[in-house]
Amino acid sequence: MDLQIALLLAQDGVVSGAIYALLALALVLVFAVTRVVFIPQGEFVAYGALTLASFQMGKIPGTLWLLLALAFVILLVDGPAAWRQGGRGFLLFLAQVVLYPALMAAAVLLGQPHAWPLWAQSLLALALVAPLGPQLYRLVFQPVAEASVLMLLIVAVALHLALVGLGLVFFGAEGSRTPPFSEASWEVGSLVVSGQSLWVLGASAGLIVALYLFFEKTLYGKALRATAMNRIGARLMGISTTFAGKIAFLFAAVIGGASGILIAPITTIYYDTGFLIGLKGFVGAIVGGLASYPVAAAGALLVGLLESFSSFWASAYKEVLVFTLIIPVLLWRSWQSHQVEEEE
Amino acid sequence: MRRWLPAGLLAFLAAGPLVLSEFYVTLFNYIGLSALVALGLVLLTGVAGLTSFGQAAFVGVGAYATAWLTTAGAAAGWPALLTTPWAGLALGLMLTMLVAAGLGAITLRLSGHFLPLSTIAWGISLYFLFGNLEFLGGHTGLSGVPPLSFAGWELRDPRWFYYLIWLSLLAALFGVRNLLDSRPGRAIRALKGGALMAEAMGVDTARAKLMVFLLAAILASLSGWLYAHLQRFVNPTPFGLPIGIEYLFMAVIGGASEVWGALVGAAVITVLKHWLQDWLPHLFGASGNFEIIVFGFLMIAVLHRAQGGLWPYLSRGFPQPAVRGEAASRRDASLPPMPQRARPEAGVLLLDVKDVVKRFGGLVANDRMNLAVHAGEITALIGPNGAGKSTLFNVISGVEPATSGEVRFLGQRIDGLPARAIARLGMARTFQHVRLLPQMTVLENVALGAHLRGKRGYLSAMLRLSRDEEARLLAEARRHCERVGLADCLHMPAGSLPLGRQRLVEIARALALDPVLLLLDEPAAGLRYLEKQALAALLRVLRAEGLGILLVEHDMDFVMNLADFVVVMEFGKTIAAGRPAEVQNDPAVIEAYLGGLE
Repeated sequence: MDLQIALLLAQDGVVSGAIYALLALALVLVFAVTRVVFIPQGEFVAYGALTLASFQMGKIPGTLWLLLALAFVILLVDGPAAWRQGGRGFLLFLAQVVLYPALMAAAVLLGQPHAWPLWAQSLLALALVAPLGPQLYRLVFQPVAEASVLMLLIVAVALHLALVGLGLVFFGAEGSRTPPFSEASWEVGSLVVSGQSLWVLGASAGLIVALYLFFEKTLYGKALRATAMNRIGARLMGISTTFAGKIAFLFAAVIGGASGILIAPITTIYYDTGFLIGLKGFVGAIVGGLASYPVAAAGALLVGLLESFSSFWASAYKEVLVFTLIIPVLLWRSWQSHQVEEEE
Repeated sequence: MRRWLPAGLLAFLAAGPLVLSEFYVTLFNYIGLSALVALGLVLLTGVAGLTSFGQAAFVGVGAYATAWLTTAGAAAGWPALLTTPWAGLALGLMLTMLVAAGLGAITLRLSGHFLPLSTIAWGISLYFLFGNLEFLGGHTGLSGVPPLSFAGWELRDPRWFYYLIWLSLLAALFGVRNLLDSRPGRAIRALKGGALMAEAMGVDTARAKLMVFLLAAILASLSGWLYAHLQRFVNPTPFGLPIGIEYLFMAVIGGASEVWGALVGAAVITVLKHWLQDWLPHLFGASGNFEIIVFGFLMIAVLHRAQGGLWPYLSRGFPQPAVRGEAASRRDASLPPMPQRARPEAGVLLLDVKDVVKRFGGLVANDRMNLAVHAGEITALIGPNGAGKSTLFNVISGVEPATSGEVRFLGQRIDGLPARAIARLGMARTFQHVRLLPQMTVLENVALGAHLRGKRGYLSAMLRLSRDEEARLLAEARRHCERVGLADCLHMPAGSLPLGRQRLVEIARALALDPVLLLLDEPAAGLRYLEKQALAALLRVLRAEGLGILLVEHDMDFVMNLADFVVVMEFGKTIAAGRPAEVQNDPAVIEAYLGGLE
């Protein structure tokens, strides 16, 4: 290996590491706020990328039907209560479960997104994937919100399985790649830097800064942090844990969908690719103990680098190497904890 | 009808291969193989409160070990003895235990979700490893695995294999049921929701977790070995993560709290999968594993609506199982009682607390506390709420480490020892917030206190070789139940008792440990007047027997009539200590309780 190859691999590693870092942040956020180990995070990645690919092929993405179906079920389940409540709450509810889905359906079915520019298609894809987060939280996790972490994990795995199966129905078994946001490339010394990788890095950094500002500077962000620290205490202070859960899942869906749209031009995405990508985010999150955002992000970058270098030396064992990385991490964490913990 | 149902099912199973078509025999074979794996998960998830998504990988280890040894090993001309399926079984089990012990050692001490997460990672890694290793045949796998043979007779027909699979499964069910109804079984059942209490009773919970994880892995590996010799070839697909998740679904959908749930779940999922795989591709007009959509939503629905799975609904048709421990506890007359620990003579210093400080961040809960308890004496620790009494209890019994200071028990330093080591020395405690296992009977809860007095382990429990010791343990537990006045509710679920009586269960459990020092945290709270009188009488008897007792209590009548020595705490410090009469007249005490005169 010479320096040039090393630089090339490092560049690849940092780019995918940035995506894993985004996912790791989403996972830590969801776990902290709702205690759900959110295995289906990766499905949002695949849904985002493949929805965009569907637009470009002039097809109607199945995510639209999922969005409409979930909205309909929520209308049936929560509609009567919202009706009785009346007033602004009812209008807001209708906007979420009727107006927004109707707008999306109109845009996709009548707006001919096939002819739109790439950025508009990307935004539409994101707008389709984003509401899936809170919708799934409402239907799948909210009814068991107070169950043990283990139980929530099993529910998450079940949801993952269902979403992967639906992905196969929606998008078929063939993989897709989308055109890059930027064809430009620069030569820095002997290294070629592509415009797309700068897009990925820039967008990831932008999202991370936006998240930071949200949590530090806004009231909603502080409410979410309070829920993460103490659910009952937060509830006593008038913060709705249900609302916090929906917001956390909204972020998870936005981050997942955006990650998918960002990497779709770099790597071919299949209906089940999201799981492996999400899990690599997980390895990063576990490095941070599912608690620390900066350590999780650093861990995710490490995963990206490890993956890119191991694909050079032992490409067949790339996945094996990445996933065994968590063994030493867990070992280190295990040495640090000594007390007998009471499981819930 | 109820009585004949199990016998009828057994007869049906035995006659199965003689009357069923080849298709159904194969289906039953797969149900049996899956049920073996699911049984391990019932133990792990339903009973112990742990989970693994990577059981399919353990199945793979069992299958690949024997496939490789019996094909490649034979081709390389190794000695015939080393390339038999039996050597394959041994190799598979050895590798499985090695991996499971390694994974368990790393993750079992961390909180509950790290084990399942690491099993996901391990399940994926092993799948890719199987698919990429040259000597394991890559993604095409290994073929030409020889059939099993017993003394020259080869088991080639799936109809005969059926018997091997179902005998293995029934043996495993029998073993696991026996295990759960035994001393180590009670320790396992305490893992879910009672780990802290179990440690205080002397149970090594980390070891119990590891043993359960090992057992589940061994069952999976055994299933893999059977699979390899039934199928006669192996490839990586059936050992991937999705199948590992499917095994967990079997356990949860069948009902993870009873061993039969594994069988029900395996049957339902195996049949449903077969049916959906025929039917769904027509519906969607493409081929693919669409059944996972149905499984996923079905699983979510079960977890929302019926967390106990299907078994509780089906079990209504079966005879109600005997209450655990009931039969064994009746054998007490014929067996010698458990030996007792030598009691120190009255007046010997048992517990010596010196300058103990306990800080939680900036809060000093115990500030240089001193305390002594002698054999044959009752010392009471009183003080307003928040004075730090329970914290001091936790420090003494090893539930929480002291920040500084010294605790000696029978002359030996115990600060820094884990709770179970202190229990072993002869100190037993109760908890202020009752910590019982609500589903277990009163008798079983109390028997958990006698955990350290038995020796027989997992294997003898599974084979029913520990029945004598078991009967003696339960007889001992029964004796202590009767002593505290619980003779009428031995076989009732502990959670069904009123709070006051639950406190008595706690006391009986502590006594079952055969302690020389008893720590009671508010034992009289929630008791009625007559019950308090009975409890006071019992404590006097125990004192006369030479036990040392340290008591936290708010009922002043109870304390002042009973205690030999009283220590009063406020804000983490001792404000008075002495005979009850002295303490009652101490101005500092009056001020703490009634407020000062301004």
